[in-house]
Amino acid sequence: MKKIISILARNRPGVLSHVAGLVTRRGYNVESIAAGPTENHAITRITLVVTGDAKVLEQVTKQFRKLVDIIKVDIVPHSLALTGELALVTVSAPPEKRSEILNLVGVLGVKIKNVGEDSLTLFISGSARSVDAAVKALYPFEIKSMARTGLVALPLEKGEEEED
Amino acid sequence: MKRSPSAAKPASPNAATLSGAEAIVRFLKDSGVDTLFGYPGGQVIPLYDALYDSGIKHILARHEQGAIHAADGYARTSGRTGVVIATSGPGATNLVTGLANAHMDSVPLVAITGQVPTTSIGSDSFQEADIYGISIPITKYNYLVKNPADLLDILAEAFYIASSGRPGPVLVDVPKDVQTAQIPYGPPAEVSIPSYNPSPQPHKEEVEALAAALSRSLRPIFYVGGGAVTTESAPEILRLAEESDVAVVSSLLAKGTFPDDHPLSLGLPGMHGAKYSNLAINESDLVVGLGVRFDDRVVGDVRRFAPLARVAHVDIDPAEIGKRLSVDIPVSGDLKLVLKLLLKLVKAKKRPAWRERVVKLKEEHPFVIPAAKGAIKPQAAIRAISEVANGEAVVVTDVGQHQMWAAQLIAAKKPRRFLSSGGLGTMGYGLPAAIGATLADPGVPVVLVSGDGGFQMNIQELATIRQYDLPVKIVISNNGCLGMVRQWQEFFFQKRYSQTIFPYNPNFAEIGQVYGIPSRRIADPGEVQAAVRALLETPGPGLLDVLVEPEENVLPMIPAGKGQTDFFEN
Repeated sequence: MKKIISILARNRPGVLSHVAGLVTRRGYNVESIAAGPTENHAITRITLVVTGDAKVLEQVTKQFRKLVDIIKVDIVPHSLALTGELALVTVSAPPEKRSEILNLVGVLGVKIKNVGEDSLTLFISGSARSVDAAVKALYPFEIKSMARTGLVALPLEKGEEEED
Repeated sequence: MKRSPSAAKPASPNAATLSGAEAIVRFLKDSGVDTLFGYPGGQVIPLYDALYDSGIKHILARHEQGAIHAADGYARTSGRTGVVIATSGPGATNLVTGLANAHMDSVPLVAITGQVPTTSIGSDSFQEADIYGISIPITKYNYLVKNPADLLDILAEAFYIASSGRPGPVLVDVPKDVQTAQIPYGPPAEVSIPSYNPSPQPHKEEVEALAAALSRSLRPIFYVGGGAVTTESAPEILRLAEESDVAVVSSLLAKGTFPDDHPLSLGLPGMHGAKYSNLAINESDLVVGLGVRFDDRVVGDVRRFAPLARVAHVDIDPAEIGKRLSVDIPVSGDLKLVLKLLLKLVKAKKRPAWRERVVKLKEEHPFVIPAAKGAIKPQAAIRAISEVANGEAVVVTDVGQHQMWAAQLIAAKKPRRFLSSGGLGTMGYGLPAAIGATLADPGVPVVLVSGDGGFQMNIQELATIRQYDLPVKIVISNNGCLGMVRQWQEFFFQKRYSQTIFPYNPNFAEIGQVYGIPSRRIADPGEVQAAVRALLETPGPGLLDVLVEPEENVLPMIPAGKGQTDFFEN
């Protein structure tokens, strides 16, 4: 079961170390972790995508809440969150393949970030699912390098904390 | 938090300007810290300079691990926050075991470490180690002070976090240039951390559910843990147990919270617990954990723990509830507050049948010390300590067989009178922890029970005992081997005693003498009682090296992961 955990934390040096360290230490599987500022400079939002059964998720949530710097922890159902992700993908684009790729670019609605001699770097944004789909569509072409930000999420209903 | 982290405190016109090091010492004094443990080194010279004529008593250990275990023993005995100082690099890394030990057992400690100057951090300088990063998983919280203006607020937070809620160790890493920077000294702002709530109010509905279950129960058991010591809940537990005939089992850390000699006391449960304790849990219809972790050494096979019982769990740390076994009645909150509410909600009710059953179980399954055949039985030496100390002494153990025998046989009557490394199981803990205990409450006798293995892990602290003339009474249960591991090898590894026998051991009585500690070795079972009495009744430190039966086993035993009544029959 894949879940989004959205954390608000005091913006202090080391807070990401504390969060990331806890995840590995307690043996949880993390698909992605993304951190950045919020509307309040003193508060950081950390979004994790984790997998595990309900019991594991309950433990991981409780362990996060225990950290001194953690203000709020939400397990956010996909339906109750705005989510988004960015990816930069460089694909091999020799002249004979280029038009095919450009065709796909139009269909997928992705942007071209850089045009190289034999490659194109594409900028993909959207929901995790649409980024997945775009990356998958690019598989038949040789993906030379890729960077993804990991999912960020904003719970829709503010202040609604799921009880555990 | 009310303060903004890096804003310099507005200095009042008459605020003294002190160096960071002087400010640390001044802060400690103003906070009522009168005893420190530590070991100097290059990056804490300014701090030690400030301590030089401060009037604070600093106990110079002979190894940083000794210093931190001593601070731990001091904290457990006194209930106050223990403070330890070490230098950067190896000094700091030598604290690691002590931090992990205190973290596992929720002991309030503040460790102040020196660090290379902020300008050198990250360059692999001489004696540089990232103790901030290293200590993240083994502290409740930790700090690297980068800005001198933050120092005092960080210290205030550190002491607050260490001692509040579920206590634990906090490390403050102070670079040398922060120690030498000039800062205005003023009383630190009131600590307020919005993300941290150390004293959660219990939910009334949860306590009511527990009260209802307790009222309905026919065979209730309290399973008491270290949280009862921290919150000083012994009186409430005693009252509730007596009013309602609740049997009480105690974890290693809670030993003494409920008097061992009480008719309703069932002592230590679990792997090496009393048979009657495990049998009672097996028959119980309601097990109520009170500030306890449901540790694997107690629970064993989760599916077979308390099979007839509903399980309730009261804990200040919600992450403990449901961590190991699923709980029917969760109650999160401060134990003392929960117990006070419970006392109001639960109507006193006698349960004569259950009380009789408890007494009968104890009669049917007593601890029997086998008769000596030549060599002294280690259990006999430990029982002699219990008889002479009569519940008045602080008994400190190391880790291993003697620790389990002490848990079984020492009759503790008060909290904070039995110190043992419970969660981490740290060999080498005992000797320095006993040093700390003598400083916490100088009027109370302190007896250390150690094995010959653990004793040698911090044997250098004998010098500390001599230097400060600390009245630690040392009893070494000397079987010439690593008894607990040897026992497992005997039971489960066909007696292949791989690296658990010491073909050479020094004569510990002679070692004690060299350190200036009156010491004696005994080997005759007839000498035990008188020798233990003489040791405890002679003022000052003393050492008794007791040569015991090497192949004695700790029984009963439930092998790891087995069910509650799977007693190992040898």
